[in-house]
Amino acid sequence: MNENNRKSLGIRSFVKQKTQALFSEVPLLGWLLGMLIAVVLERFVGEVLAESLGLPKVPMLFGLVTMLKYPLMIPGTILYVLMIFVLPISVVARLTSGATNRVAAKLLDLPLLISVVLHIGLLYAVLYLWSEVSAYRVLTLKLTLIAVILTLSLNVINGYMGEFSCSHPGFMALGAYAASVFTVVLFSNDKLFGHALLPAALGPFMFPIALIIGGIVAAIGALVIAIPSFRTRGDYLAIISLAFMFIVKSLIENLEVVGGPRGLSSQPDLASLPTVFIWTVACIWITNNFVRSTIGKALNAVRDDEVAANAMTVNTRRTKITAFLFAAFWAGIAGGLFAHVLRYVNPSTFGLQKLAEVLAMVYFGGLNSVYGSIVGAVSLSMLGEALRPLEIFKWIIIPLLLILIMIYRPTGLVAFKEFNVGKLVKPKNKPDQRKSDAAA
Amino acid sequence: MTFFFQNLINALQWGSFYALIALGYSMVYGILMLFNFAHGDIFMVGAYIGFGVATGITALASLGAIVLPNWLILVLTIIISMFLTSFVGMLVERLGYRPLREAPRASAAITGLMIGIILETGNLALLGAQRVRFPTLIKSETYNINGVFVTNKKIMIVVVSLMLMMALHQFVRRTKWGMAMRAMAFDFVVVPLMGVPVNTIAAMTFAIGSALAAAAGILFGVAYPVLDPYMGIVFGWKAFVAAILGGRGSVLGATLAGFLLGFIEIFVAMIFPSTLRDLIAYSIILLILTFRPHGFFGEPYSARLRL
Repeated sequence: MNENNRKSLGIRSFVKQKTQALFSEVPLLGWLLGMLIAVVLERFVGEVLAESLGLPKVPMLFGLVTMLKYPLMIPGTILYVLMIFVLPISVVARLTSGATNRVAAKLLDLPLLISVVLHIGLLYAVLYLWSEVSAYRVLTLKLTLIAVILTLSLNVINGYMGEFSCSHPGFMALGAYAASVFTVVLFSNDKLFGHALLPAALGPFMFPIALIIGGIVAAIGALVIAIPSFRTRGDYLAIISLAFMFIVKSLIENLEVVGGPRGLSSQPDLASLPTVFIWTVACIWITNNFVRSTIGKALNAVRDDEVAANAMTVNTRRTKITAFLFAAFWAGIAGGLFAHVLRYVNPSTFGLQKLAEVLAMVYFGGLNSVYGSIVGAVSLSMLGEALRPLEIFKWIIIPLLLILIMIYRPTGLVAFKEFNVGKLVKPKNKPDQRKSDAAA
Repeated sequence: MTFFFQNLINALQWGSFYALIALGYSMVYGILMLFNFAHGDIFMVGAYIGFGVATGITALASLGAIVLPNWLILVLTIIISMFLTSFVGMLVERLGYRPLREAPRASAAITGLMIGIILETGNLALLGAQRVRFPTLIKSETYNINGVFVTNKKIMIVVVSLMLMMALHQFVRRTKWGMAMRAMAFDFVVVPLMGVPVNTIAAMTFAIGSALAAAAGILFGVAYPVLDPYMGIVFGWKAFVAAILGGRGSVLGATLAGFLLGFIEIFVAMIFPSTLRDLIAYSIILLILTFRPHGFFGEPYSARLRL
């Protein structure tokens, strides 16, 4: 039994080593290039290939939905995913690794910003081409990106500061309603707020202002939790934040001005994919800088030992209040985007279910880590969409998965890992090869 | 005055559900320092088990296999369901909490939430989406005492819950098991060295908490006979609020805070429009916690109590 175990482990590690050796020199640029080729390929031959493999239509989320709906099509779908995504990406990434490494090295000589912008532009091109195929993909992508913002901002409180805040749906609701009221008053003919005050052409320019107003309103709401957090923490703060969430929900339900329990609709269609993408990138960038700054380190100090942090001249009150305002601001932005993506908000959206969802994403992905938040948000929202055909059993499989993760990795998948952009965009070739390149 | 007493009776009934559920939270917290977030759903499972047992016994009785008066059926239902639900509680502890005893407490909270979702969905998958009706076991009778209307069900619910709470109190104070529980709450590290079987006591605490939740579920079914799989969520979270409000780990505090929450909710709903109930009730709780950050009977936080 033991020997068998070791043997299988040997095979697995052998395979792992081989793949690692094959792909260890592929820089991020190479992967992005591969993905770009793959999505372009799908646009041109996707339909033909799907038809010849006997699939009803192009698989939307990497074939999971199709496989679960029609078990007979599993081989076809796997073949499709292999031929369109896995094979082109890996082949292109491997073959062009020399060239992409050289480009990445050249880019590093320029300011880092240019390299980063190029990578983000490529990523956007990939996402845009991938999602343009259907409205379903666009919606899923937008909601996933919003989930990233939300998870990241909750991670600032729950991961970096070590509190257990349950108030995020409340912040999100405040942001969603504030931004919606702003845009509906200005740009929509609505029965609650009358005619549009400004021409619709101004919409895209005013939308950032609307979102920021939403964020600021959420941040002001966060004061309700931040101030009690000076005196108490842990479970009691969890209850205060939970009570805050119930209060916000109940308040909105009782405000007939914004539609009460019926919700608020007719938001202008302003949250296009580039807008959501830019806000998500901005959120990742700013949050990453925030948690790596002095105040981010102060957050960790407060989490590990508040008294010691105080003795070491960390201003704990200022640290806590900054973290709460910061996290609430981004939750408000996420709420504003959410309201404009769905173009309808309803107070019951921001309840206990949303709370469980966001908490699950944070703890699944990993505490104290920007990577973890991205991983958790993307994987859980994609999984939620992909397992849709299972209907109700989806809500047995996802919780089971989370329980297993919690048992085997209690702090989440990628916890306590620094998100280093400079390292991410670096060329990946070995030093000796690089030297010979330089010599040549 | 009549108005006050009328609502007092309603609040006592409503509060006893909260108090019974909050006791389960508080006991588990007392010894393991973590909240069992699946507890609200165990309340739901208890109500459904009670529904199954009650339906089974009434079916047997109507077939003539056994002859029992209705009140005895209710008593039997409560006892059997409490017994069965305690196994659900022990299962939850064994699968969801014991592997995570060394992990950060927030991870255990997530596991609890997820077990709760599994219980809800499992119920939905087993019994379908339609609501079930709890069988009518006692006929409702209304007494008029100086203009205050009291039903026999309300009296029964309050009396049974008070009896259960007294029984729990005696158990914790008088028995050897209760002493072991108190010792574990006092010092988790030293107690195993004294030969106390920690895992058994932990499982037993979950079992007792779940049994109380099951009793609350059946009493709820008697008062409001429509059950649905998601009924545990709101009750669970509100009882959690009560458990914290009472001070963590404090059994007396949880009972009092459960009743207090019932009072606040009923009286707010009576005086103000009922849509404002949550808004005002939670604002009051927020105020209480701002001025008494550790609840009624809780100890101030220390480093080991952090999440």
